[in-house]
Order: sequence, then C-alpha cells, then structure tokens
Amino acid sequence: MVDTQPTVTQATLVKKAAPKSDYKPADVSPQRRVQRSYTIRLWSIRHSRLLEWFYSRFADMFLLLHPLWKGIGYGRVEAPIKFVEKRVKGLMFDCRMCGQCVLSSTGMSCPMNCPKQLRNGPCGGVRANGNCEVEPDMPCVWVKAWEGSRNMVKGDAILNVQKPVDQSLRETSAWLRVTAQAAATRETASKEVA
Amino acid sequence: MTPPRPRQTDEHPDGIDLPLDRLPGHSSRGRLERVLRRGEFAVTTELNPPDSADPEDVYNRAKIFDGWVDGINAVDASGANCHMSSVGICALLTRMGYAPIMQIACRDKNRIAIQGDVLGAAAMGVANILCLTGDGVQAGDQPGAKPVFDLDSMSLLETVRIMRDNGKFLSGRKLTTPPQLFLGAAVNPFAPPYDFRPVHLGKKIAAGAQFVQSQYCFDVPMFRTFMQRVRDLGYAEQCFILCGVGPLASAKTAKWIRSNVPGIHIPDSIIARLEGAQDQKKEGKQICIDIINEVKEIAGVAGIHVMAYRQEEYVAEIVDESGVLKGRRPWKREARPDDQLVASRLEHILHDDVTESQVDMVKTAH
Repeated sequence: MVDTQPTVTQATLVKKAAPKSDYKPADVSPQRRVQRSYTIRLWSIRHSRLLEWFYSRFADMFLLLHPLWKGIGYGRVEAPIKFVEKRVKGLMFDCRMCGQCVLSSTGMSCPMNCPKQLRNGPCGGVRANGNCEVEPDMPCVWVKAWEGSRNMVKGDAILNVQKPVDQSLRETSAWLRVTAQAAATRETASKEVA
Repeated sequence: MTPPRPRQTDEHPDGIDLPLDRLPGHSSRGRLERVLRRGEFAVTTELNPPDSADPEDVYNRAKIFDGWVDGINAVDASGANCHMSSVGICALLTRMGYAPIMQIACRDKNRIAIQGDVLGAAAMGVANILCLTGDGVQAGDQPGAKPVFDLDSMSLLETVRIMRDNGKFLSGRKLTTPPQLFLGAAVNPFAPPYDFRPVHLGKKIAAGAQFVQSQYCFDVPMFRTFMQRVRDLGYAEQCFILCGVGPLASAKTAKWIRSNVPGIHIPDSIIARLEGAQDQKKEGKQICIDIINEVKEIAGVAGIHVMAYRQEEYVAEIVDESGVLKGRRPWKREARPDDQLVASRLEHILHDDVTESQVDMVKTAH
C-alpha cells in the first residue's frame, strides 16, 4: 500500500535538491492555495446546525423567487448571483465553485478543499492528530465533516454515496441549479396530481 | 511416462490451461473469490513492482509466492512513486497463470482512462480489482506531477460495479461484453475519524466493495474494536475483510514509518519490543506472526493481506509459521500441458527454415 524505506528515498533527494529560495509558499497542495487560516471554515462547521436551518429557509426563499428568476432569465441573473455566491461561500466555507454543492451532506465542510477532492469520506492517510497528510497544518476536511454532520438534523446524509464531480459544471452557480431543479420537480409533481 | 499430476483445487477439470468457469453466485471467474466464498482463510500479498522493462523481474518476484498466496496485489505507483504499471504487471502475471489483484489509484488517471483499463484488464484475465484513492503526488519522487483525482475510491467502485452489473460505461453507453470482476477496496481503521471508519466501510460496501484489505495492523485491540463495530452494523457478512499485516525490518524502520508515512499506526509497545530484541529483523517477523495469530481469531476476519515490502522472501515463512492455511495449499503455478506445444511451435517458427507462404498452406490443406 505504501512505499516504506528506512534509507534516503528518491523523494527525499528530490525535495532536498529543490532550489533554495526565500519565498516558500504556505500550502503544499497545487489544487488550490487558500493562504489563510482555517478559522472561519471551522466556525461554519461548529455551527453546522444553525447553517443547516438557515440554508433550508434560504433555499425555500430562492424557490419562491423562481418566477422572478425565470422572468428575468436564469442566464441573465447567473452573473450577479454567482458573484455573491462565490464570495459568500468562499468566505464561509472556502468554497471552490464546483457547481454541485454537497455541503448539506458533508457537515458544512467543503470536500473540494481536500487535496484529493474526496467527496465520499476520508482517505487512509489522516494523521493521528486529525490533520491532513498532504497539508500537515490543515485539519482533515473529512474529520471535520464527520464532526459537523453529527450536529445536524439531517446529518446522516453523509452516508450517501456521492457521484463523481461533473467537471463541466465548475464555476457555475449551485444555488440557481438547485432552485431550477426543485422548481422542475415541483411542477412535475403538481402535474401528476392534476 | 510421468505419473499424473495431482489436480489442484480451482483448476478446470478438462485441463489446467483452460480458464475457470464462473460458479453460480460469483461475480468473477477468479480463484480468490472461490477461496473466500468457500469460507477458507485467504492469504494475499503484494508484489514489489520493478523499475524495469524486463518481464523476468516480475516473474521472479512472483515465483517466491508460489503455493503460499491466493492473490497478488499489483500496486499502482504506490506512494506516488513511479514503477511498472499495474496493468503491465497484471498482463504478465495472468500470462503465467497467477491470480493478480489489480490496484487502480485515482491519482493518475481520469474516468476515461480508468474505464478503458478495467476493460483491458478483464480481457487479460484479471478477476480482482482493488479500488484506491491513491497517495498525493507530494509523497512521491515527482511532486511536480498533476494530481488528477477525477474519481475517488468510492465513485471508482461504483463505476466498475456499473460496468460489471449493468454492462454500461458511466456515460450509459453499452458494453458488448461486461467485465466479470471481484471488487475490492481498502480500509484504514487506524486513522481518525475512528467512529466514522466502520460507517465508511458500509459506504464502500454500498458502492460495490466485495472484499476489503486493511492498512497495516500493528494495534490489535484497536482492530478488534473496529471489527466489533463492523459486526454490530452487520457489514462482516456483506464483505470479506482481509487484515493487513507485515514484518518490520527494525526499530529504526518502524520509527521512520511512524513519522513519515501517514496512516500507519505503530504503538510504542511494538517499537519497545523491537528495540529489546537481539535480532530485530527476526523479531519483526515474529511480531507479524503473533499479530496474525491474534487477528485470525477475530470473528469476521476472512483472511490476511501480507505486505512485506522488500522482505518478500519472508512471506512464505510468515504464512507457514502462522499456520493460517491449516494445511491448505493455494494454487501453485504448474507447467501447463500445452506449454510443450507452444514451445515446439515457437521452436518451429524461430529455428526451422520454413517459409509458410499462403500458396503452400493452401496446398497442404487439400
């Protein structure tokens, strides 16, 4: 499963041979460098229940506004909504705009912050102190997700197997997508009743 | 005339060279699934992948496991260090009649490449696939590589399961012949979040895992707690659990692993025991055997996965001395009856001075 060697490995040699420079980036993972402390992200996870309550109200409100979005045109509102969504979720969860938000199923801990972008649970490399194997200073996204999910009313959504990320939806608004989908299911449901 | 060779278990009745039939209720034609479903204690191991293009290296490294293991893991650039690919190793191993467990890591390939590899592997006779996420590129000797992680271990399991059971690619396009595979995954009960780990195993089973291999177990009480929880949740009946074990070469190695390889948990007592020993290598092997003897008694453990990196020659001794096979002999590579035929044909092609033109062939056919 792992290469283990007591002697100097090639990986160590490569690391040592890297050119010395005064500038050393804070994060190791090239997937994304957030370059700030994890305080707000961790606050959001601690208050996952509050955020869950808030989000369900918020989603309902967005759904109520569906006629408005449709009137203006989803295409036209996309840019301003995305602007707000990216900044709000970026601040609170270090959101990475995958466009298919699963925060409700992951204890309000954004799984895209995992250097391996795991959406279904932790890898086997979590350190004994609960930190990430790739980013030694970052608490494992999934350790936190499990903690956050335990506070939530619908926390057991963490047990659902998530589909692979659709990369073609990156940098799109998850809020609008969820709203449009909910409106569509509501319409088909009302048609079936009638 | 040589006396007839005793027939091996899991050998086609009409000849050793023929592929096995799929038994009812089985999802693969492989021997590993047969052994596990018969309720026998399975032993798997890991082949140290060569950094070479010589097939002999693979054959020689597999030969030392002959008659001792039920499956050989072909690792997919473990630790993000580049070696011969797992597809290549599996191609060589199936050619020699071994039962490889092909590992697929999500680090290096996207879903298009992975689904293609699954079909290729199944066509070569690979019956077992182990779905892994893979170590980060930072761990290896080429940290500048692009980490892919298009799928994760869970969605990889689901993808392969869909290909097998529904006969479709992830896109919904149909396969003319679906692969017949026994699906595996990895578990690590020794890393946080500890109370999530058993549930996580349940998630992997839901995604399609039929057997799991664990990370190195050096802390038996911890593993016992994990297994207790797994049994309570009813997962032990739904999936075969193989406990990962392996010898530590010395106390120094143990300390190095503990501080450099995330996810491997080595308690102080093991290191103290190694340090106190005269011959640390021998003690490391003894510790491994002792752990095997403890874990084999735990209810729900279906087998062991022996990882003896750079100590592969010890695998046979460890399996023998721990007595886990209870006298059973796993399939051993034997000369196939048609080996002679193939050899003489090759001899004919290579050395006899014949030109088989189409005209000649038509004449002899009449």
